[in-house]
Amino acid sequence: MCTYRTEKIDVRASSGKGPQGWFPVRTATVYYDHPVHALHDHTVNIDFLNPELGPGARVAVELGLDDARALLAALQATVESAAHH
Amino acid sequence: MHYDAVLAETTGIRGADGDLVEAYTARPMDPGPRGGMLVIHHMPGYDRESKEIVRRFAVEGYDAIAVNLHWRDAPGADPDDAAAASRANGGVPDDRFVGDAAGAVRWLQERPTSNGRVATIGFCSGGRQAVLSAIELDVQAAIDCYGAFVTAEPPEGFPIRVRPIADRLGDVRAPLLGLFGNDDRNPSPAQVDELEKLLREHGKTYEFHRYDGAGHAFFSVDRPAYRVAAALDGWQRIHTFLATHLREG
Repeated sequence: MCTYRTEKIDVRASSGKGPQGWFPVRTATVYYDHPVHALHDHTVNIDFLNPELGPGARVAVELGLDDARALLAALQATVESAAHH
Repeated sequence: MHYDAVLAETTGIRGADGDLVEAYTARPMDPGPRGGMLVIHHMPGYDRESKEIVRRFAVEGYDAIAVNLHWRDAPGADPDDAAAASRANGGVPDDRFVGDAAGAVRWLQERPTSNGRVATIGFCSGGRQAVLSAIELDVQAAIDCYGAFVTAEPPEGFPIRVRPIADRLGDVRAPLLGLFGNDDRNPSPAQVDELEKLLREHGKTYEFHRYDGAGHAFFSVDRPAYRVAAALDGWQRIHTFLATHLREG
């Protein structure tokens, strides 16, 4: 299926490294849809973007569902421990 | 031997608002006359496989074109980057699609080889746009390959600018071929039933084929969703449908 479902967040003070090097990230989109490269029917895809710098200012990942869950748990654990840092 | 030369190249066409928009074209080099095919790419973009489909139609004897519907979001970008930019911008607005598709249909009709007849085919999000083209444009046939949100509402809070066109199906003015996978959820078999019911009630000419063991994107040769039996039968249905509707009237 094409889910089309997209979560979009504004990113205020973060950076990503794309083909042209580091750039300030302004937007992140998260969606479950067909991957371009990963060998799954569907993946959790994340695009970190800076539209002002053009479409090439993009860090993209396509995560299998198990990998996405593991990443989510890792983020959760890291963010919680950071709160007590 | 049969003369089978084909010319494939990128060109610019005038789309919505008169904008110059990138398009990929492929044409047999014999003098014609012949029908034209507008290929509407899937949501992942104006990619290598979409261009391969354009060339396939030329090999089958049609002038063919695909417009880069993500051109304005990301001119010159890689197809996957352009698709991501389009998604972040809320998708392709219907009025812009209609303007770009009208420009492509005009380009086909203006070929000296044209017999004046044009069909559209769309995959994934392009399936819905193919149905829209049969409502909005002067085309003689349209092919919807698993287009979602033709009849169903997108979920609440949905950020992509897409809305059902069920209320407009009475205005469909071209025969419609629909190809669907029974394992698809967008569109689900129930949604395909609903589309078929509405077309029947409006007295439209349509032909639907549905495949067991196939889901969304079963024509995609570069994806795990590819289903060879469904794709082979689907291509046969497509060529038969076009032979009927793109013949010189």
